[in-house]
Parts: sequence; C-alpha cells; structure tokens
Amino acid sequence: MASVCFYFQVHQPWRVKRFRVFDIGKGGRYFDERSATNLNNERIFRKVAEKCYLPTNKLMLKMLRAEPRFRVSYSLSGVLMEQMETFGEDVLESFRRLAKTGQVEFLAETYYHSLAFLYSPEEFDEQVRMHSEKLHSLFGVTPRVFRNTELIYNNDLARAAERLGFHGVIAEGADHILGWQSPNFVYRPQGTTLSLLLKNYKLSDDIAFRFGSRAWEEYPLTANKFAEWINAINGNGHTVNLFMDYETFGEHQWEDTGIFKFLESLPREVLKHPDNDFVTVSEAVERYAPVGELDVTNFVSWADTERDLSAWLSNEIQHDAISRLYELEPAVRASSDRRLMEDWRRLTTSDHFYYMCTKWWNDGDVHKYFNPYESPYDAFISYMNVLEDLKLRLGATTTTT
Amino acid sequence: MALRVLMFGWEFPPRSSGGLGVACFGLTRALAQEGVRVRFVLPKRMDPEVNYMDFSFADIPDMVATGVNSMLYPYVTEEGYLSYYQQAGVGIYGSTLFEEVLAYAARAAAIARASSFDVIHAHDWLSFLAGLEAKRVSGKPLIMHVHATEFDRTGGTGVNAHVYDVERRGMQGADRVIAVSQWTKNIIVERYGISPEKVEVVHNGIEERDFRRLPSELDSWKAQGKKIVLFHGRVTLQKGPDYFLRTARRVLEFYPQAVFVVSGIGDMLPQMVREAVLLGISDKVFFVGALWDEERDKMYQAADVVMMPSVSEPFGIVPLEALANGAPVLISKQSGVSEVLSHALKSDFWDTDEMANKIVSILKNESLQSTLRTNGNREASAVTWSKAAQKVLGVYQGLAHV
Repeated sequence: MASVCFYFQVHQPWRVKRFRVFDIGKGGRYFDERSATNLNNERIFRKVAEKCYLPTNKLMLKMLRAEPRFRVSYSLSGVLMEQMETFGEDVLESFRRLAKTGQVEFLAETYYHSLAFLYSPEEFDEQVRMHSEKLHSLFGVTPRVFRNTELIYNNDLARAAERLGFHGVIAEGADHILGWQSPNFVYRPQGTTLSLLLKNYKLSDDIAFRFGSRAWEEYPLTANKFAEWINAINGNGHTVNLFMDYETFGEHQWEDTGIFKFLESLPREVLKHPDNDFVTVSEAVERYAPVGELDVTNFVSWADTERDLSAWLSNEIQHDAISRLYELEPAVRASSDRRLMEDWRRLTTSDHFYYMCTKWWNDGDVHKYFNPYESPYDAFISYMNVLEDLKLRLGATTTTT
Repeated sequence: MALRVLMFGWEFPPRSSGGLGVACFGLTRALAQEGVRVRFVLPKRMDPEVNYMDFSFADIPDMVATGVNSMLYPYVTEEGYLSYYQQAGVGIYGSTLFEEVLAYAARAAAIARASSFDVIHAHDWLSFLAGLEAKRVSGKPLIMHVHATEFDRTGGTGVNAHVYDVERRGMQGADRVIAVSQWTKNIIVERYGISPEKVEVVHNGIEERDFRRLPSELDSWKAQGKKIVLFHGRVTLQKGPDYFLRTARRVLEFYPQAVFVVSGIGDMLPQMVREAVLLGISDKVFFVGALWDEERDKMYQAADVVMMPSVSEPFGIVPLEALANGAPVLISKQSGVSEVLSHALKSDFWDTDEMANKIVSILKNESLQSTLRTNGNREASAVTWSKAAQKVLGVYQGLAHV
C-alpha cells in the first residue's frame, strides 16, 4: 500500500503593530494596526482568505464529496481560529462544512503557535489544552495527533505528547534524523508507545516550494507525474506524508501557476493505482504499526535549510526578546488579569521571533517575503516596547492588589 | 596593453575636505590593482608661473597625478568661493568660481592634447567642463561620475542655475554616466532628464583594513553609564544636523543618560550651537570639531550608535566607516548607502520621532546594539572598492576600443 497523508498547516499570528517608545504606558493595544500595511492583521487575513482559504476550502469540499476515499488533515492554530471568528465567519463556516464530511481530521497544537515547549512546560500544557477546547467548541472534535509549532520535535516532545494523551505525533523527515531510513513508514519515538509520522520533504516541497518554478527541471508538475512518484513508493513504504502550509494554494503558489487544477486532479491520478489510497493522520497511525524506534536527541523543525531552531533562535535579539517574555510569566499568572494574560500569550507566538531573524545570507528571500516589518530590527523594537508596556501594566496590577 | 584613463577630479587625500577625495583615492587605487593606468588631474595651488605639473603618490605607483594650478576646492558655493578667494588675496586667475572652472577646463584641454589615453573620466561638476574639453580635443569617450548633485548640496532649495546647467551639459555630453547609487540615478533621470539606460550605478566602497581597537578617551563618560550618540560629518544642510539635534531632545525625554557628540565643522555650526541652547540640551550636546583618521576612529569606537540623518545623501561613507569600527548605525532612507546596508536602522530624515524611538531602543537593549554591530560589520566589510573598480572597468571596456 501507499497511503497519501495530507496535512495542511493553517495559521496567522497576531502581528504586533508599530509600537514606539512614546506609546509605552499610554494604554494602547498591541495587535490592532489599522494602516494599509502588512501589520494590519485584518487586512492580511482577508487577503489570504480571498486568495487561499475560501477558494481552496471550496475546492476541497467539492473533491471530498466527489471522492469518498479522499482524506485531508488540518492543523488550525488557536490564534487563526480567533481571527476566523473576528474577521472571517465565512472562512470558519467553510471549515465547518469540511469537518462535516467525516473525511477530515484536525490536529492538536499549542493554541498560540508558540515555542512554549522550549521555555515553560506548564504554559505548553495549558496552551495544548486550550487549543483542544477551542477545536471542540468550534467543530465538535477532539484531536488525537499532536503537531508542535513548525514541527519542532525531539524525544522529549514525543514524551510530552504521550503524557497529554495523544496517540500520534508528527515531525520533519529530515535526513539527519533518519539516516538511511525512509520517511514513508511509521516509527516509534524512543521511550514512548506513540506513533510518529514523518514529512516526506522531497515530495512535499515539490508542491509547496517548487511547483511554480520554471527553473525546476520537473516543471511543469502534473498530477499524473506526481502520482507516478507516489506509485514508485508502493511496495517500499506505507505512507507518503505530504505536510505543508495551507497558504501554498493560492498564496505562495498563485492560481495562475495551475496549483488548483493540480490539486483537483490529484485524487483521481493517485487512485488509478489500485494499491494507493488516502488517509488522515489518525488512520495512518491506526493502520500501520511502527517499523522501528527513532531516537531524536536534538531538536529538528521544518524551517529553512538547517531544519533546526535557528529561524527563531539564532541571534541575540531573538534570545533576548524571548527570555524577557518568559521572565514575565510568573507575574502574569499571579496577576490573574485575563486581558493581560491573553496579550502575554499572543506574544508567545513563534512568528514574532521569526521576524527578528537576521540570517538573511542563507535563506534570505524566504524570511524577507514573510516579514511584515521593514527589518528584523524594527520587529524587535516594537516587540520590546510592547513588553515594557506590559511590564508597566503588571506593576499596576500588583500595586492595586 | 593596459587601459589608460585620463581622470579629472578636484581633491585627493591627504588634502581633502570630504567624501569625494576619499572616494577618488579608493577607486583609483583599486583600478590600478585591476591593471588600469590612471592620470589623475586635480586643481592645486601652485606657483603662478606653473600651469600644471606631474607628481606621484607613494601608495599608488601606477598612477600619475597632474596638478593644475587652480584655487578650486570642493564643497564651495559661489558666495563662499568669493570670500575664500578674497581672503587668499590672489588676483591673477578668474575672479569668480565659474571663471576658475573655465580656466581649469582650458588647462584640461592642453593636458588632453599632450597625453595619450583611451577614456576620460570626470568626477562631479567642477571637473565636468574639463572633461568635455578633453573629449572635444581628443575625441575619446567620456564618463561623468556623479558623487553629488546640486540638489543634494542645497537640500533641493536654492539650486544654483549655473551649477545645474554645468551638471546637465556635462551629463548630456558624456558617453556614460556613473551614479554612486540608485538614489542619485533617480535624481539624474528625473531632474536632469538623462536617459536611464545611459546611467550605471556603481556603489562606493570602503578601504579594506584591519580593525584596530583604539584606547577611548571617553571612558569616564562610559563609567558614569552615559551612552554616546554620534553625528560625524560636515555640519551643513545636506547632512541634517538640525534633525540630529531635534532627535536628541526627544531621546533625552526617555533616556536622560544619553550624550550627543557632533564631530565635524561646516556653515551651520554656529546655528547648531544656538539651536542646542534653544532646545535646552546644550549640556548634553558636545561639538568637538572635525576629526580625522585615528581621532575619528576612536570616536566611532566610543559611540553606542552613529546617526546619519542626511536630507539627501548620494552615497554616505560614514555609516560604513562606523560599522568597520564596530559602531551600529541609524541612517536616513534618503541615502545611497541604505541600498547596500540591510543591517542598519533606517528612517526618513524628517521623522525625528521615529529616529528617537530607534535610538532609545538601541541604547536600552544591549542585544540590539550587539546584533547590529556584528551583522553590520560583516556586511560593511563586503562593500569594497575592488567591487566598484570592477564595475567601472566594465564601463570603460564598453566604451574604449583597445
């Protein structure tokens, strides 16, 4: 068998608005930029909704109805779900329709798409719990497979997922953790009884990054050709894990690349081979027993060529910002001020640290493209001013109580 | 056979008053390393009997410099020139700056007749007429190199029509124009009506040299927890010293331990001293005069941040020098150097609030200072004269048939 397992990440951060030293202590909010810039969260959400979420969901619904064997899995971050409620009832409704098909699974993650696992076990647990509750309240489902922010993973993460009651976890199928082994099997994370699904980064990136590239020798990629690559795995693998950002469809790969037509034709082409099918992440976990144990000591992620933590944590400003954020955690908890807590948590989102990344000479263009700030330094300056404002608010709550 | 260039400039180290001389020196030396032979012609005050003479620089063995007897010196206005001229008390040559420019051009023609070369390369308007004359008598291709336009020098108001005319005629008469930045190219295209295809952007570089940590004379300030914000450059409209002072006042509202140093002289200095008093920050602003070489590097090294709030800066070597000395920089977006630096804080020169916001942040956050310093230093060290020379050589080769 070769089971195709699609998982799409759907996430939008609450970007911090331009917050200057003069704004500190003035009672202003942090995430409500109204200007026509890329810091305006509503503007970005609507842009992506029109280009990607709405048309892709519409197409997915059509495909799921047309082909009962088709399956997809999604991970919607908690902050994305908040933004759907605030800026996009239409998008929320379209995901509800997908959920009702019974062919769609939702994954668990940290509500705030955060790096909490690296800094605070307590906060991590709470954000995972919050996320499951949110999924349940919006879609009536309970997730069973865990995906950590940006597929950041190691043995400890797998143990935490097990402790929280999940039966599966997913990670990047990076060469340096697999060695000679194939990503197309289910593995057992060392020291757990969980199942681990690994992203087939070659085939995933063919769609997510290379699809529209005319310089690529496989251009143009047709569904027929892609299905043949999947057929080649038949017999020497169980699952082909195609994990990518949902924004691939229509936003990273524009409609004129033919990405939607490719997607629409794919189920038919894949199912032409009698031994192929589609699975959700839990179906993969249930159907295929782990073929071996995988020992991952160092953190691995799906970002950049390094596939490590360096996109969020490599320079001094990133380390400084995140450690000053988590220094405030005890005081924020002690304040039991719900708005303060929510603001602090929105600041835990990994994107804030990604925007401060300065290793542009390696994968520069990707970082520049995804950065709504003029520079990583501008991202840091607004963020640190916001932290200082938050600190003042904390001081105010402790003196009044 | 080596490519031979007849080059016209108007200043050269060690006797230079600004970036142009440094740029000509850096470019010429790098061209010499590419095997180009340069005859560098520049105005020089000499015995009135002498029209011109050759001399040489120990640092660039392949270059011959030709001094033309003249009182031209850079960064003058017509009015400034006259007062300088009267002070000097010399009356043999032209009595106005323009007559002097014409006299320089006339001597250029004589030099062009007497020497052999493949291309002519003239730097900025004072030498443009010389370049045109050399082309007229020799028929060789002419390149005009624009380091600054009249619009930069005047901040856009009070543009001298004569200067503008010389600049425009020079660029029209040239076979190619080199602009030191896209910023400058845009001015050349929009304000002078030169076709964009004719204009090549060649960014300046900085001298490659080893970083040397120098003893600071400002340790006592540092020991008191003071943070130093530096303005280094000519104190003149183009460089935005007034925006520096207004930013200083705003910064001090949020960061009282900051001190502001102005190193440089210029026509706006008396006005700036008065403005510091009017803004009520005269005890936090220090005017230290023009600093050169080691003194300047010491000041860069002591600075916590170097600001270049230029109103219109064709290139701007100061941020690169600062970064080479380990000082992070805040530069105006109205500058050519911002096209080659991504690891710098940037702002519009007029947005003193935004500049204050950034300065306060850099003074408060050691991590920001350090990240900008490390990344900026690496980036600046890649902005070399050798890259610039290779592009210039490409322009020569496209024109010269040798």
